[in-house]
Amino acid sequence: MLRVEDLHVDRGRTKVLQGINLSVEPGEIATLIGANGAGKTTTLMTLSGLLPIAGGRAEFRAERGPLDIGATSPVGLVRAGIIHCPEGRQIFGRLSIEENLQLGAYLSNDRDRIAQAVADIYEWFPILGERRALKAGNLSGGEQMMLAIGRALVAEPKLLLLDEPSLGLAPQITEEIFDALGKLNREKGVTMLIVEQNAMLALELADRAFVIENGRIVLTGTGKELLDDPAVFEAYLGVG
Amino acid sequence: MKRLALTPIQAFFLLVAAMGVLVLAVEASGNGYFQTFTALMLVNVMLAVSLTMTNGFTGMFSLGHPAFMTMGAYVAVLFTYPVGRKGFAMPALPEVIAQIHLPLPVAALVGGLFAALMGWLIGRLVVHLQTHYLAVATLGLIIVVQTFALNLDGFTRGGRGLTGIPREATLALIGVSTVLVIVLCWRIKHASLGRAMLAVRENEMAARCFGIDAFRLKITAFVLGAGIAGFCGALLPHVVSVMSPKSFGLILAFNLIAIIVVGGQGSILGAVIAAVFISLGSESLRMVEESTGVYGVTQVIVAVALISFLLVRPKGLFGLKEPFIRTS
Amino acid sequence: MSDYLIQQIVNGLSLGSLYALVAIGFSLIYGVIRLVNFAHGDLLMIGAFMTFGLVASDMVPWAAIPLLVLAGGFAAGGLIERVAFRSISGAPMITGFIVTLSASIAIQNLALIFLGSQPRNFNFPEVFRMRLPIGGADVALIDIVIPAVTLLCALGLTTFIRRTRVGIAIRAVAENPFAAQLMGISIGRLVFLVFGLGGALAALAGLFWSGKYGQINPLMGFLPGLKAFLATIIGGVGSLPGAIAGGYILGFSEIAFVGFLPPEYSGYRDAFVFGLLILILLVRPQGLFGEAEQERA
Repeated sequence: MLRVEDLHVDRGRTKVLQGINLSVEPGEIATLIGANGAGKTTTLMTLSGLLPIAGGRAEFRAERGPLDIGATSPVGLVRAGIIHCPEGRQIFGRLSIEENLQLGAYLSNDRDRIAQAVADIYEWFPILGERRALKAGNLSGGEQMMLAIGRALVAEPKLLLLDEPSLGLAPQITEEIFDALGKLNREKGVTMLIVEQNAMLALELADRAFVIENGRIVLTGTGKELLDDPAVFEAYLGVG
Repeated sequence: MKRLALTPIQAFFLLVAAMGVLVLAVEASGNGYFQTFTALMLVNVMLAVSLTMTNGFTGMFSLGHPAFMTMGAYVAVLFTYPVGRKGFAMPALPEVIAQIHLPLPVAALVGGLFAALMGWLIGRLVVHLQTHYLAVATLGLIIVVQTFALNLDGFTRGGRGLTGIPREATLALIGVSTVLVIVLCWRIKHASLGRAMLAVRENEMAARCFGIDAFRLKITAFVLGAGIAGFCGALLPHVVSVMSPKSFGLILAFNLIAIIVVGGQGSILGAVIAAVFISLGSESLRMVEESTGVYGVTQVIVAVALISFLLVRPKGLFGLKEPFIRTS
Repeated sequence: MSDYLIQQIVNGLSLGSLYALVAIGFSLIYGVIRLVNFAHGDLLMIGAFMTFGLVASDMVPWAAIPLLVLAGGFAAGGLIERVAFRSISGAPMITGFIVTLSASIAIQNLALIFLGSQPRNFNFPEVFRMRLPIGGADVALIDIVIPAVTLLCALGLTTFIRRTRVGIAIRAVAENPFAAQLMGISIGRLVFLVFGLGGALAALAGLFWSGKYGQINPLMGFLPGLKAFLATIIGGVGSLPGAIAGGYILGFSEIAFVGFLPPEYSGYRDAFVFGLLILILLVRPQGLFGEAEQERA
């Protein structure tokens, strides 16, 4: 589904990514873990077309054949099914919940389908349905995260990129969110690439995991393998 | 800039020498056109240097220079207009002032002080405004001042304008003033006051965390700029002998902004160089305009050139730097 | 009610509508890209000259002229975006400022070159110069048409922004352009649309302006443009209802200043308008209807 080879990306003069290799297969949950500043967010922003590629290649296998991410506009990537749920949720606080969800399907012209997709989200997250006319800025952090995920799902993602879904949430809420993500993956078959600082949670959920350090992938394996790896345990799981 | 790096003292003497040569040469030429052009160019230099201090040092965006120039000009003319004709041209003038005649340097200082005082009163209200509000408020100030100049016709002769203002602004006076203004702004920039202003420009919040009183600094920059603008405004009618409410308006505000943007906002030498070149450029374009009869071309070219310039060098020629001179 | 009062109310409504039409565009553009478009007022001048040209050419039916002016204003607004703004998107705010200021100066002087500096007089056809007796006052028809059309435009635009998908997208970009991009919204196209819509309304204001005052010149857009921006600030920049309300507040205050004070003060009306602005900004820096917000770099 997604294949990234020797990806280099610069931000200003800083060479942030220095040869990333990773791949995600259809139906899996993959996770990218690593410390602050390792290049996690940069990777996701590159995959959704927001940053130019300086070297290497990123390819998305869509239904209509392979798509070169570096040569496709952000709009084109959304259309192809790469949906990015950004760090810090970034919901539209001054818009209503309903409007936020509708924007998720901005590129679709099929009104019935949009209505159905929005109704589905309300079923998944009933609390959003109860408050659909409310301005999204009034929601709590966890509810905003649900809305951000819901907004991404309305777009019918082939590949869902999630940036730090646990950021700023209480541990219990984080667990609820991760439960929901697992359920979405099992029941709807949504392929996901999750970037997380909370490595334990992410590894428990993931089929496949990548550890990023200073812009390079230093370790790859299944979520379970990495969980059991003492080096990973030491570096990212710690005693916390 | 390794090859040519003067100490500030050397640069000062070079500036004085260059100014002396320029003033003497132009005076000696006896050519009225050259003399007027040089005077206008030097006033542009002063205006640009003071605006690069007000805006460039602190990051404000004031368009108000023409307003303060108008104030300074009318106030100075009250004291320099021929006493015998004041009764006719300025009937509302109190008898006390009508009898006074001051030499231009004093009158121009009075005009500058008046503008500075008004700058202080107005600055207290507007300097805390966000960038675009400040721009519009100062643009509005130009209109307000023009409106007053137009309506206080007992002092200004309104829209008919004042003519026959004595041409007392000698090149020597303007040359000395220019050197003084450049030195003043230079000293401010490289003293702790200027460094604090630059800190406010880079990050006002952080500067305030270091105990820098951003409001006071902005006021200081605004008042100094207003004062110098008022002084320059006071000189100009004594170069061209006429003054009307619309003498200094939007176009002038824009051209000054163009100069400091090209020079690099906050660069004093950049402002000087850009002022000289833009004055030369627009003067030659103006001659083309007059010979072809197509008026407006100069402004179109200046505007388009400025947009193109911003695309290529958004920070101007020198940014904040002072070329050719060692500053630390 | 005395007929003098009625007359003043009609004048205020009519002038306020003109400010509101221009202010809407300012507010839309500022709301979406945080840019004060100094060239916006010049679109009023362009609209006025388009009207003048169309009337003088005598080739199009009357009813078509407003539509052509709207379309022309849309094109002119979009052109400003493409030529002046698109090239510097992403640059600091001050750069954007200087570029639109340059664009304004360039437009004014191009108009001076090609249209001449002499003011031109022209009259709308007889129908539009009709006067109606209302409550004893003798009111010009155009002073009724202007507020009516403005109201329609304001309602239409508000509905568009509130209800349609593109309208929601415009609000989304205004709030968070980064996230809006992730939704697949093409910001460039929306910005073009917003400049175009603002341009169309400003050009319509130009049509009305020329019909109401009967005289046009290449620099006519500057002062109404500046005042419309004041109206925007008074209402709270970025708020559409605020811009409309600000336009009427400004229009009525100006008319009241001129109409109810002794005539020797009327020369100061522009000074009064800017004084009013400073006063309002001191009391409510975010405008009357605006939400307080942090300045973006």
